[in-house]
Amino acid sequence: MIYLDNCSTTKPRKEVIETISNCMLYDFGNPSSLHKIGLNAEKILNNARENIASFLYCKDNEIYFTSGGTESNNIAIQGAIKAKKRNGKHIITTKLEHPSVINVIKEYEKEGYEVTYLSNDEYGRIDISELEESIKEDTILIAIIHINNEIGVIQDIKKISQIIKSKNPNIHFHVDGVQSFGKLNISVNELGVDSFSFSAHKIHGPKGIGGLYLRGKSRIEPIIFGGNQEKSLRSGTENIPAIAGFCKAVDITKDNLLKEKSEVEAIKTKFADYFIENISDIKINSPLDETGSSYILSVSFKDVRGEVLLHMLEDKDIYVSTGSACSSKSNKKSHVLKAIGINDNLIEGTIRFCFSYENINDDIDFVLNEINKFVSDIRKITRR
Amino acid sequence: MDKVISISLGEIVLKGLNRKYFENKLIDNIKRALKGLGDYKIYKEQGKIYIEGLENAEQTAINRLTKIFGIIYVSPCIRTSTDLEDIKKASITLLNEKIKEEGIITFKVNTTRSDKRYPLISPEVSRIVGGAILDKIDNVKVDVISPKINLYIDIKENAYVYIDKFKSRGGLPIGTNGKGLLLLSGGIDSPVAGYMMAKRGVEIDCLHFHSYPFTSQRAEEKVLKLAEELSIYTGPLKVYSINLLNIQKAINENCPEDQMTILSRRFMMRIGERIAQDIKYDCLITGENLGQVASQTIESINVIEKAVNMTILRPLIGFDKTDIVKMAIDIETYETSILPFEDCCTVFLPKHPLTRPKLKEILKAEESLEIENLIDDALKNKIVRQIK
Repeated sequence: MIYLDNCSTTKPRKEVIETISNCMLYDFGNPSSLHKIGLNAEKILNNARENIASFLYCKDNEIYFTSGGTESNNIAIQGAIKAKKRNGKHIITTKLEHPSVINVIKEYEKEGYEVTYLSNDEYGRIDISELEESIKEDTILIAIIHINNEIGVIQDIKKISQIIKSKNPNIHFHVDGVQSFGKLNISVNELGVDSFSFSAHKIHGPKGIGGLYLRGKSRIEPIIFGGNQEKSLRSGTENIPAIAGFCKAVDITKDNLLKEKSEVEAIKTKFADYFIENISDIKINSPLDETGSSYILSVSFKDVRGEVLLHMLEDKDIYVSTGSACSSKSNKKSHVLKAIGINDNLIEGTIRFCFSYENINDDIDFVLNEINKFVSDIRKITRR
Repeated sequence: MDKVISISLGEIVLKGLNRKYFENKLIDNIKRALKGLGDYKIYKEQGKIYIEGLENAEQTAINRLTKIFGIIYVSPCIRTSTDLEDIKKASITLLNEKIKEEGIITFKVNTTRSDKRYPLISPEVSRIVGGAILDKIDNVKVDVISPKINLYIDIKENAYVYIDKFKSRGGLPIGTNGKGLLLLSGGIDSPVAGYMMAKRGVEIDCLHFHSYPFTSQRAEEKVLKLAEELSIYTGPLKVYSINLLNIQKAINENCPEDQMTILSRRFMMRIGERIAQDIKYDCLITGENLGQVASQTIESINVIEKAVNMTILRPLIGFDKTDIVKMAIDIETYETSILPFEDCCTVFLPKHPLTRPKLKEILKAEESLEIENLIDDALKNKIVRQIK
């Protein structure tokens, strides 16, 4: 199996599975219980919080566990809007956000909030001067995705936060870091964000667990109510086995990030170079310089149905994802690919390759040859 | 007093000398549908079928029975002796239960007496039982014009008292009208077509075409789900899956683009015919509907039909799409049909498909194809799945 769909989800590491399994067998307690079984669970929770905080270079009381990226984005965005409802009704975001950000903001837009959608260049890099001009006195929230999940463009969060703080320090600056967590060396302090979402299953951890960094000084209102766990920001019994597994995944990533990143980058470069040299009528949608993630490569093949190519590769035990479903219905076309201005024919022929450390020993030449062969097979049909 | 379920037969009662054959088929189908519901007994008594011993699974049993073709009504009854006191007791019990559910009630007693030796005539029984009910139960009234509920008393060897009549779907028992091979796509129409022919007693299996890897495995899962939903009415069925990709590729390479759909459909019919010859199906069944799409104009249907030499049944031919949708909703296949997975990849769809194909031109285009070889290869790779 050659799995190249690591932005969708990753295969959990063996050590992660063992940790979860042991935790469920022996440390099944509820951290809120007063007895020692509860205490053991609490220790696991505290230890995980410390490790993840140190991974992001922040304090442990700034880390909140959630069920994953979607919940983190919802808690941060809705919580910030709720906390700042007297300060204004203006939100700034990009056209490249994940649905768990954009669809939340659209709900507020329907309710009467004013939303500015920043424009971007053909690789998805946003226009920072436009951002500067858009900030107003009644701007309360700015939400920007760190690494876009479809094309891998990296936004210059540090520079953006400096501009925001210099123009209006009361704005809550939220960053969706689901695709950058564990893929870049990140100091949330240095980035200057108020909140930052991340998820375990994108870094070979379990599904159903993630987290939110919330800067000590930032205030947001809770949107979920209950037993006041996670300092009332995310009520609900902590998912201790998943948190233990998450912690394990972070520990291993911490040790291997730098080395793996350069090897993965080499795979990405090999893919891109091969396509550019060997396949005609293609478009590379991901930046190949330092503004692009080492882990994501989006390519559009003209006159190729992405889903057909996907299934042909699946037949060879190679797994990728498409930029849109095999359908002529335009509402299913990716808003991100539209935002970088590629035409419908290319959108339909878009394949996303997302790499991980596991691909380092895979037979990349085999994959590239198969793609080349299949692309010409499909074009024989579509271009006759 | 025992609780039993009575089953009223539909058209079967008109079958004269063949009636026994139809009844026995129906009883087989009933037994299959009630599998797993425990020990029960089925018997016939003067025109109806009765089931005893299902008190604990009555709702499930009724739900399944109302989906069996050949039945028009299913009623939970109390069976008693024909003694008038027993009949009164049963009637009062049933009516009391009903009042608990629905409150104050107007009622009418309807008696039929197939045992003409019974000492009282039917209206007398109704009158006496009605009187007993009025004596024993407060707050009920007789209304012979438009009663809120009808209480039925059938006097046979036993007496059967019942109120509820759950309507079933009519039709003829499956298996009394041969075997058909349904061309099942993932669309709205074909499951309805299969349902309609099954309702006329045809035993159904399904034939499905896909173009993997040009189409997704989810599309095939969807078709299997439709087959499963259809099997609620038809009983267990087989699904034959055929990969049409090589045939589509051959047509695409060798024939005019606008003939693609017609030529593919002709191959589907031929493959259906070949399977039918092997496994002894009496007919092919399609969801074709006159004028709905390019391959369903009268000219297209003519040209497609000429590919084979066997009966093709098209039960939906004269329906409007809105009526087909209503039927699909009624038989509960609609929700699955509208799932977004396409079973025929749009890559091969011609931009302007022929709507008035000429047989001569189609035959000429087919000369450049090795028809028999293509069919043999497709059949060699067929997958057969048993649903249920």
